[in-house]
Order: sequence, then structure tokens, then C-alpha cells
Amino acid sequence: MEIKLKLNGRAVTAAVEADTTLFDLLREKGCYSVKCGCETSNCGLCTVFLDDVPVLSCSVLAARADGRAVTTLEGLQEEAADFVGFIADQGADQCGFCNPGFVMNTIALLRENPDPTDDEIRGYLAGNLCRCSGYEGQLRGIRAYLDSRKGKGAQNGN
Amino acid sequence: MMTIQNYVRAQSLQQAYELLTSNRRNRIVAGMLWLRQTGGSVNTAVDLCDLGLDTMEETDDAFVIGAMTPLRKLELHPGFAAYTGGAAARALGDIVGVQFRNLATVGGSVYGRFGFSDVLTLLLALDTEVELYGAGRMPLSQFAELPQTTRDLLVRIYIKKTPGTVAYRAVRIARTDFPVLTCAASRLDGKVRLCVGARPGKATVLDLTDAAGGLTPNTVQSLAEEAAKQIPTGSNSRGSAAYRSHLVRVLAQRTLSQVGGSGNGD
Repeated sequence: MEIKLKLNGRAVTAAVEADTTLFDLLREKGCYSVKCGCETSNCGLCTVFLDDVPVLSCSVLAARADGRAVTTLEGLQEEAADFVGFIADQGADQCGFCNPGFVMNTIALLRENPDPTDDEIRGYLAGNLCRCSGYEGQLRGIRAYLDSRKGKGAQNGN
Repeated sequence: MMTIQNYVRAQSLQQAYELLTSNRRNRIVAGMLWLRQTGGSVNTAVDLCDLGLDTMEETDDAFVIGAMTPLRKLELHPGFAAYTGGAAARALGDIVGVQFRNLATVGGSVYGRFGFSDVLTLLLALDTEVELYGAGRMPLSQFAELPQTTRDLLVRIYIKKTPGTVAYRAVRIARTDFPVLTCAASRLDGKVRLCVGARPGKATVLDLTDAAGGLTPNTVQSLAEEAAKQIPTGSNSRGSAAYRSHLVRVLAQRTLSQVGGSGNGD
């Protein structure tokens, strides 16, 4: 079957099988930031936005994306660049395999809640598993980014 | 991985129902979770995503929830949060992650009647009905007992705003894991109900009508002990039957204390 979707703002047409997952389609289209970590809908590595909502691409049939907008980290480089340096400063990226999903979901969090508490950050990112870091470094990185943003706001008199 | 021969976006409930009942290997797809770890072969996957069933409406006397409503929408609905006194967020907030809850649907959770379901446990404690295409409405407690072999099409879930309170607790080994035990207590129109799930079987309901007169700390304690004796539990990799029965007593005491107004039982 043929589907049409908007991938990172670009119109894409693809021939897919009924059981092709969105994850497989995105990898086929060169979106290598989208990783498969668990195959059990559990790890968050394959997080993408479907109509701006974060979802697990391993758990969506590509056919359901027909007519919709799909965004991967490749399409959000600018928004991600704002805070990934803060994560790296904390040494929280380590092996890096979970990072794209983690960054995607952090973007979703900050769009939904621009000034989250630590508990809100932990709760929102609970579905992003990391085997290296123990999560504290990532939390510190996001907190440092938020503090820096507040500092800039104060300097600007906002 | 599950293999699927055909995919159809139903354009009406009638079409979805006809497809569902025309071949035993046709399936409704809802949240589509666990596609890659689920085996089996599906002839036609029938998707309800075009039928406008992904909305939740609050009326004067009920919450009307389309079967395709994501769990995340239920979790964040301000009216439902207020009605349940935060129990909804407590029941839903630890189900895997936000991305998972953006996909998993209320209808899929209810229809699946999964043993591990936080959703079923919570909704059974409330005054909940399900609407099945063609068959009309029935109490969720009745639907939950139906054999899973029936080919029903779940359309909506109705949660009546019966006056009262509800409380929810679960125990997990890790935050986003399946629960070791789930427990919801409610006191609606004076009737007290206790629901226990992840036993590890499907949630079971105990109507504690004798407690309508009052939930004093002593009553709560004896009801919790009685629940631990009555509710069957089993063992799996997350916990033994004995541990689960112990948890039934503890969580029942905490949730019943909360709905009885004698603190949160901690």
C-alpha cells in the first residue's frame, strides 16, 4: 500500500506493507537517529513525534502515519542544540545510544511544560531508559539548562 | 513479530464490526503496543483512528470516553482528575512512559482486560459502563467477566459522576514496570468497593456494602484483613502469592482509609 506523510516538514510517499512499523519506515528513509532498543515498547529509544505528540515508533504501524506529520531528531536539530550541550557537560550521554529518544522526549516535555520541577522531569522522562548514566546526570543537565535560561531571562530584564 | 496481511481504516462502526466478525483472524488495532513482541498472524487489521473516538467529553453527569482515547488524555483531563481526587494520575502515571501512554488507548486497556492493568482496576472502582457496538451499554464489571472469545466492538466508556471518593495504590518493583499489585477503593453513594488487580490475574471486585455505615480505622483494618483472605493471588516473577496477599491487606487498608476519610493509611 502507498502512504503519504510529512517527514521532518518534507512530503514523502512510501510503499509499505500492512505490518511495516513506522520505525522501520523511518530507518529506511535515512532517519538513523531513531533507534530500536527493546522491541517491547518500553525503552523510549525510538521516540518520534506523530503530529507533534511523542510516541514509540516501534509501536505504530506506518499505515497509521498516512496523512500525518512525523518528526524525528533530524528535523529538530536547532531546538535540540539549545540544551544537548548541558547534557554533555554532565557526562550524561555516555554511550549515546539512548540520546536521540531522550532528547526528543525532553523537547516534548519543554514544549508542554517550559518550567518543570525535578519530579516533573523524572516523571516525563521515566519512559526513556538508559543503561549507562543512572539518570542523575541527565536530570542535572536539564536543570542546568533551565537555570541558564532563567539567568538569561533575568539578565534581559524579563 | 505479529504479521498483518491487510490494513483498513474503517470509515464507520458498521464497517469495522463487519470486518471484525467476518474473519476470526481480523483484529481491531488500538494502541498497537507490543507489535514487535506479539506473535500470530492477523488477516486484516481494522484501525478505528478515523472514527473520532479519540476524544473525552465531560457532561453534567458523566465522562464519555471514546475507545481510542489515549491514556495520556485520561491522565491529564482536569475534570477527571478533580473527580477522582488525583487517583487517575496515580493509576496512569507509572504506565511505562509518556510516549507509551500517548499510544495506549482506554478502549484497548479495557477490552484487553489485562491481568496487570492499572486502568481496569481504577475503572472497576468507579461507576463505569462500556458501550459495545450493537449490544449497547453494560456495567464494566459485567463486561470484565465476559469470555475474551466474544467478537465485540468497544465504542465508548462511560464513567458516571456518582458522588463519592476513590483512592488508588499500586506496588511496582521499578517505576515503569508492570505492577506487582494494584488496588483501588471507592465509596460512591455510600457503597464501598475494593478492586484488586495484578494478582497477577485480572482485577477482581469486592463490594463491601456492610461497610456503608462507616469506615472507622477498626472497620478498615478488619475489611483489609478479610480482603487479603478472600482475594485469590498467585505467583510470578514479580512476587509470590503470599507477598501479594500481604500487599492486598496493606493497600486495601491504605485505600479504604483514604476513602473513609481517616487519612491516607500510611
